[in-house]
Amino acid sequence: MNYNWNWRIFFEPSPEGTGTYADMLLSGLSWTIATALCSWIIAFSLGSLIGVLRTLPSRGAQRVGTTYVELFRNIPLLVQMFLWFYVVPEILPGSWGTWLKQLPNSSFYTAVICLGFFTASRVAEQVRTGIETLPRGQRMAGTALGLTTWQTYRYVLLPNAYRVILPPLTSEFLNNLKNTSVALTIGLLELTARARSMQEFSSQVFESFTAATVIYLGISLIVVTVSSKLETRIAVPGSR
Amino acid sequence: MHFGHHRSVALSAAVVLASAMGITLGASGAGAQELTGTLKKIKETGEITIGYRDASVPFSYLDGDQKPVGYAFEICKKIAEAVKTNLKLTKLEVKLNPVTSATRIPLIANGTVDLECGSTTNNVDRQKQVAFTNTHFLTATRYVAKKSAKLDTIEDLKGKTVVSTSGTTNIRQINEANTARSLGLTILPAKDHAEAFLMVETGRAAAFVMDDVLLASLAASSKEPGAYAISTEALSKPEPYGIMLRKDDAPFKAVVDEATAKLYKSPEGKVLYETWFTKPIPPRGINLSLPMSDPMKKAFESPSDSADPAAY
Repeated sequence: MNYNWNWRIFFEPSPEGTGTYADMLLSGLSWTIATALCSWIIAFSLGSLIGVLRTLPSRGAQRVGTTYVELFRNIPLLVQMFLWFYVVPEILPGSWGTWLKQLPNSSFYTAVICLGFFTASRVAEQVRTGIETLPRGQRMAGTALGLTTWQTYRYVLLPNAYRVILPPLTSEFLNNLKNTSVALTIGLLELTARARSMQEFSSQVFESFTAATVIYLGISLIVVTVSSKLETRIAVPGSR
Repeated sequence: MHFGHHRSVALSAAVVLASAMGITLGASGAGAQELTGTLKKIKETGEITIGYRDASVPFSYLDGDQKPVGYAFEICKKIAEAVKTNLKLTKLEVKLNPVTSATRIPLIANGTVDLECGSTTNNVDRQKQVAFTNTHFLTATRYVAKKSAKLDTIEDLKGKTVVSTSGTTNIRQINEANTARSLGLTILPAKDHAEAFLMVETGRAAAFVMDDVLLASLAASSKEPGAYAISTEALSKPEPYGIMLRKDDAPFKAVVDEATAKLYKSPEGKVLYETWFTKPIPPRGINLSLPMSDPMKKAFESPSDSADPAAY
């Protein structure tokens, strides 16, 4: 292949005038991490709530949960990103729409909300299956002890369910991390977007994307290591 | 520490491998009379591969029948004919391969594509990876805004939100102007031209900074072509667009340069330009109304492959 390799490119100044190409990728990395963590907070809390709704005895609650999951799980993420960014400001009352469009870093907030709501539907399914995996006797024992529904969930069902679903939750966390790259379509300068700009500016295509790959792999490995440590620590005694 | 060591070993291995490949290529191309490089490949396979863009109006794009058409695409077809004549081939099959702004350089480098026909700016950084033939178009950086916003000069943008496509030379220029002239702009990066234009259309940004020819085509193909105006003040000197080919392949470049120079100087070149820039073009019959500028006339009279805007 007739290609001019230059691995030192990372230490050359980027044309944006704010540091080297490596700095550029690192600033992308920090946006990726910020987006992934903020959206995970929404995804985990909202997802747990929706997952619990789907297991409650109330038919109405189940229906609300199911509707949410089907709506957010079945629309492609890219489409959701566009809907939040381009359509939502248009259907809001005029002045709100304008405020939203002029908001600094609006692509970051949009990405966090969009990813949070999307991943919540997937977390909800994990939480629901986690609760349904538990022996029925656990819920009954809670009732027999005179616990309210809230107390049964808080002290009996959820602590067990979360331990059971930790491995699939790790996968969801990693998916969420990688899905942040979809936000480049609405102008968020995260890691993939930065690798793309770097290859456009420097014409060193393979170096840019190799660096992005290594960084994504690196974070994923860290997450997996932490999560497997956590799994061993919080495993339900006797279940492993 | 340990990790860093392994990585540097891997990196230097890649560098050694790459330079070894470079040496082999150079050695095999040493024959005096024999064909080398791309010409040799074309002669042996009877095929030439043209890389085209899917939405670079009017340079290279897909028409209503999903067939590539355009100004640069036509030039590439002429080059293919010239190559066929030069190699005395009875039949030359022209293969087509779609490229994007991210894939065009690697596909030229790894030999998938022999000629890239689109709207690629010829600059010094890119010349480290590829070669360019004679310039086929010159474009300056300007911005498009809604007519109702009454924006025309760079100063008019003060304090506004502007958008440009990420990874382009244009976003770099607006960043520089923002700092140098303290305009206090908020600069949004967009993924591609269509999205950047959408930001102006929906009011997310006041102006879109880009090559003026691309702005003209985006505005002309929008829902309300009359609602947009392109700034008169430019952010840069006219920059050259060129057709890309593999670097360090002098015999092939000589054939291509000769073919393009001949075309540009002939009346046929002028007709070709007028067909795509001053007349209705497929698929929707829009007219870009961009008659040949003076620097462009000069570039056709004395064809050049220089990357320096001052040369035009």
